[in-house]
Amino acid sequence: MKDNGSALVAVRVLLATLLLGSVAPAHPASRAVTEQGSDAYARCIGCHSLERNRTGPLHCGLLGRTAGTAAGYNYSDAMAELGIVWDRSTLDAFLREPMNFVPGTSMGYAGVADPAIRAAIIDYIEAAGSDADVCPPGLGR
Amino acid sequence: MVQRQDSKPMQPARRQFLFATAGAGLSGVVVARLAGIVRPAHAGEASEDDIRILNTALSAEREAVAAYNLGAATGLLTAGVKRLAITFRDHHAEHADLLERTVRAIGGQVSEAVQSYDFPKDDLQTQADVLGFAASLERGAVSAYSGAIPVFNDRELAGAAASILADEAMHWAVLRQALGQEPVPSAFIS
Ligand code: HEC
Repeated sequence: MKDNGSALVAVRVLLATLLLGSVAPAHPASRAVTEQGSDAYARCIGCHSLERNRTGPLHCGLLGRTAGTAAGYNYSDAMAELGIVWDRSTLDAFLREPMNFVPGTSMGYAGVADPAIRAAIIDYIEAAGSDADVCPPGLGR
Repeated sequence: MVQRQDSKPMQPARRQFLFATAGAGLSGVVVARLAGIVRPAHAGEASEDDIRILNTALSAEREAVAAYNLGAATGLLTAGVKRLAITFRDHHAEHADLLERTVRAIGGQVSEAVQSYDFPKDDLQTQADVLGFAASLERGAVSAYSGAIPVFNDRELAGAAASILADEAMHWAVLRQALGQEPVPSAFIS
């Protein structure tokens, strides 16, 4: 059939893409973390930003903050009464299934199933939190 | 702003209301559903969680309306881009309107609109800045809806949310195109 040629080309392009993807030179570690992290964090930016309260509370100052306590944000009762401190492990558990971890939360979101993506998101928030250009010290506490 | 549509009684006829307002361009399945032929397993079982999910989506839609208003008022947009911004703004206003009326129709309390938004105005110096800002909101909205759809108790609400997601994904692609980026960056977006 006369489509064989273009199908073959398509397969080759696909293979090349897959191969290139797997052997792409690694970025220097920190930059890779940031790029991967900001890509992962993109799923949060419909509702959150690092430095401002929006539909959800700001993420500057998150690590070490007691849940439901960012100034100027109107939390659900469920979050305000949770009483836990956000660290890597509580965040990981929350992000996996927010609505099960905090029943009654207004974060109407299924969660992030992939542990590597959750880790990238937490890395990103943590790195931003200790970068004074992004999160001035004290913001979000 | 979008005109409030007629206020037909919505209480007993919630399903009809949802699709009568959102459904201008919906598929045969939905039309069949409207006629009562097909009914998803969990139709009409809205929960407190559903109301919270809708109110959170509403808050993001209101923010998007305000963001496009801000963008359109910067004076940085060419006439064509400004028209686009206003069209997209109007879509978000329609989404907000639908979400608000849906919350009421299922017996919930509509969350209060915030008085003002703390947008990163200083970062909006060029048309590309405005487009990039709008694109990031649309990209975030796509994730937000794809994270909301699986957790609706009432599957009809999930369907309505999917129709909003579809619209916002198109906004995102058009904005990326306008920015000179690959309009559709990947086969899956989560
Ligand atoms: C649909 C909008 C939405 C999306 C998408 C979303 N969130 Fe949220 N988030 C919220 C809302 C609303 C709250 C407030 C919850 C409450 O008060 O119950 C919240 C609260 C939180 C909190 C608690 C913060 C505090 O100050 O106690 C964390 C942490 C959080 N979100 C992280 C994330 C991360 C990370 C993502 C991306 C994977 C994300 N959220 C995606 C809306 C969203």
